[in-house]
Amino acid sequence: MNWLDQIFVTSGHQLVSLAPASLQPAASVLLTIAAIMAVCGGCFALTTIIERKGLGRIQNRRGPNRVGPCGLFQPLADGLKMLTKEDIVPSSADKAAHFLAPIILTVPIWLTFSLLPFGRNMAALNLDSGVLFFFALGSATELAVFMAGWSSQNKYSVLGAMRAIAQMISYEVPLALATVPVLMLAGSLSLVDIVQAQGGYALGFVPRWNVLTPWGLVGFGLFLTAATAESNRSPFDLPEGESELIAGYLTEYSGFKYALFFLGEYLGLFAVSGLGVTLFLGGWRAPLPILEWAPSWFWFGGKFSALIFVFIWARGTLPRLRLDQLLNLAWKFLVPMALINMLAAAIWHLSPQWGGVFTSPPMRWLLTAAMLVFPYVWLGRAVNPRAGAKREYAYAE
Amino acid sequence: MLGSGIIKGFIETGRNFAESYFVPERLTTVQYPEEQLPPHENTRTIPFLVYDASDPAVGLRCTACQICEQECPPGCIRIVKDTTKKPDFVGKMQFQPAVFEIDISVCMGCGICAEVCPFDSIKMDHVFNLCAVERLESMLVRKERLAKSNDYFRSIHPREAREIDAQRGEEKAKAEAKTRAAAAAKASPATNPVCGAAA
Amino acid sequence: MPNNIPFYLAAAVTLGGAIAAMSLRNLVHCALCAAGAFAGLGAIYLQLGAEFVAAAQVLVYVGAIAMLIVFAILLTRGGKVKLTARQTAPNRFVGFLIVLLVCASLAGSILRSPSLQARTLALPEVTAPAQRIGENLMTAYVLPLETVGLLLTAAMLGAVVLAIREEPEARLRSEPTAQRRQALEEANIS
Repeated sequence: MNWLDQIFVTSGHQLVSLAPASLQPAASVLLTIAAIMAVCGGCFALTTIIERKGLGRIQNRRGPNRVGPCGLFQPLADGLKMLTKEDIVPSSADKAAHFLAPIILTVPIWLTFSLLPFGRNMAALNLDSGVLFFFALGSATELAVFMAGWSSQNKYSVLGAMRAIAQMISYEVPLALATVPVLMLAGSLSLVDIVQAQGGYALGFVPRWNVLTPWGLVGFGLFLTAATAESNRSPFDLPEGESELIAGYLTEYSGFKYALFFLGEYLGLFAVSGLGVTLFLGGWRAPLPILEWAPSWFWFGGKFSALIFVFIWARGTLPRLRLDQLLNLAWKFLVPMALINMLAAAIWHLSPQWGGVFTSPPMRWLLTAAMLVFPYVWLGRAVNPRAGAKREYAYAE
Repeated sequence: MLGSGIIKGFIETGRNFAESYFVPERLTTVQYPEEQLPPHENTRTIPFLVYDASDPAVGLRCTACQICEQECPPGCIRIVKDTTKKPDFVGKMQFQPAVFEIDISVCMGCGICAEVCPFDSIKMDHVFNLCAVERLESMLVRKERLAKSNDYFRSIHPREAREIDAQRGEEKAKAEAKTRAAAAAKASPATNPVCGAAA
Repeated sequence: MPNNIPFYLAAAVTLGGAIAAMSLRNLVHCALCAAGAFAGLGAIYLQLGAEFVAAAQVLVYVGAIAMLIVFAILLTRGGKVKLTARQTAPNRFVGFLIVLLVCASLAGSILRSPSLQARTLALPEVTAPAQRIGENLMTAYVLPLETVGLLLTAAMLGAVVLAIREEPEARLRSEPTAQRRQALEEANIS
């Protein structure tokens, strides 16, 4: 089934060969850009309706089901609504910054999609330092958040923007630290090489994905938590909490600019999901040897969708964290845990060479798991000292 | 341990999601307007007049006592008494309203008229989609539109209608027994010592 | 020349951003244009094949240093500073002369540098440049690496010390509830 696996690559090559020879590099670039934008735009529309229906089912109700069969045309209705709304800009707002903020938010995120390997030979750019570039583009979005908040000349917006930036900066550190063990063990910063390093099957049927190792599991958990916070999603959506700060830094945005912010948030979610799939879940690799006949982009899409569903599930389950709880979690739990995870991954990698009792896999597992479980429990107690304790009431008894 | 509550929460919402497809308790949505929840018996929207039997001209319980007109807080009821009388369910001659109008744009649905009516003739209805295309004429409900049968009343207020029907049945039986006793006494005056002495 | 269009674009963004950062009236606008100049510089690094440096440039300069500048402006002056009058120094002519001298010496030394003399300069083919950077950092340049680490730790500690506040009343709030209840009862009784 190799032709199905490479169908997008070969059809892309054929389309590009239709263009005159001198324009072929430009045509290839444009075709890639168009493909990525179409796929991600379609994913965005689908995700909005799936999220609303998924959240509805979690909350014992149906989601939107009037527009189209099972409400599947709801994104069209939403898009029409956003496009036809009046674009109100406050009179004292900084016009240039107010206009540029949504653009600066979405452009770096579109750039990150060029790094993800969507299938075998399907990464638009095979940069040698892909992961670093990914984080660099993620950090460029904070400037846009600040611009949005400050240019609105609204106290709530500025407050929301400051909180959002504090949250995003705090959670960049665990996000990067959680991916360091993967980079260490893969030996490269290139996303294509990281997927290559997760090939093969242990015991004949267990895939060698990073998530199926103790340090990989913990790293994946840290990565998911930090990724949820980076894209300002519940339970970390204090910056845009509707009940706290009106809409935070989005207060003064309406119509198409609000739609762009919305798009930026969801695209950020897709980008970190894609990165998580690539780094931890084995990218486009099949889970079992007998399933390798299915195309690689199918497996990437499946794992990607599963991760998006986990994010939606988390949004429907967990209450919003307060700002100090959020920051405590980042600095006092996630960062130490990520550092210990790095050490555990190093020990996992080096322990077969120590010889003796460490050459057997169960010993490796036991050692690494012990190294990770005890700090988790201890740090968890430090972050939430009253967990599980009986509540003491000062006046109610 | 950190995370145990999170896991429990995830399990609960996962159950919600999965079971909402086949367990009806986990999907409590009513798809209005195709399905509608029946309103409670005590729902109050606008008043209506109850008539017994099948003819509103004969069975209208309202005796035009005008108590509801006086007690109505916004004063949305207008009653004009008719000069002719008609018998009620016991046989006694009562007045009747020639004009009974309620302005439902003013009526606030408080139900005081239904509380104070001594004849159980004005009760609170359950209709709520009362839209009109103009403000004045269609928001004034007249006697013909206000009169609804006792069967309808029983269908929307079953418990109250049962009590009222039982009460009225007793009163009717007592009245009939009294008339039968009076007719029997008139038919045979000798058996009655008082009447016999008088006659 | 179509191959040079990306370079000209990146150069235009960098130079435009730098000039705007110098000449705009609104301070926050200047900071944002400086961030744009940093991003343009990152694009130039990308075209030179230095992917790691480009990523590090965007990550550090645009992501952190631009934020730092913007926060500094906001927390000190609030960004509402407008330049009131043109700065007229009495010795403008001497100022111009000094600028000309500095530019001439810089331009002369740059134009006479050997890398600019060689017209055809091929990008060196380096396999796995990130790995090479890492190896160099850990072997040949380990002293600067450790020194920079020490410097960053000192900066972080200094920032924490500057930001920490002494709150004597915070100690009362952290007393256990039972004690507080007892204290309240005693206060009510007395």
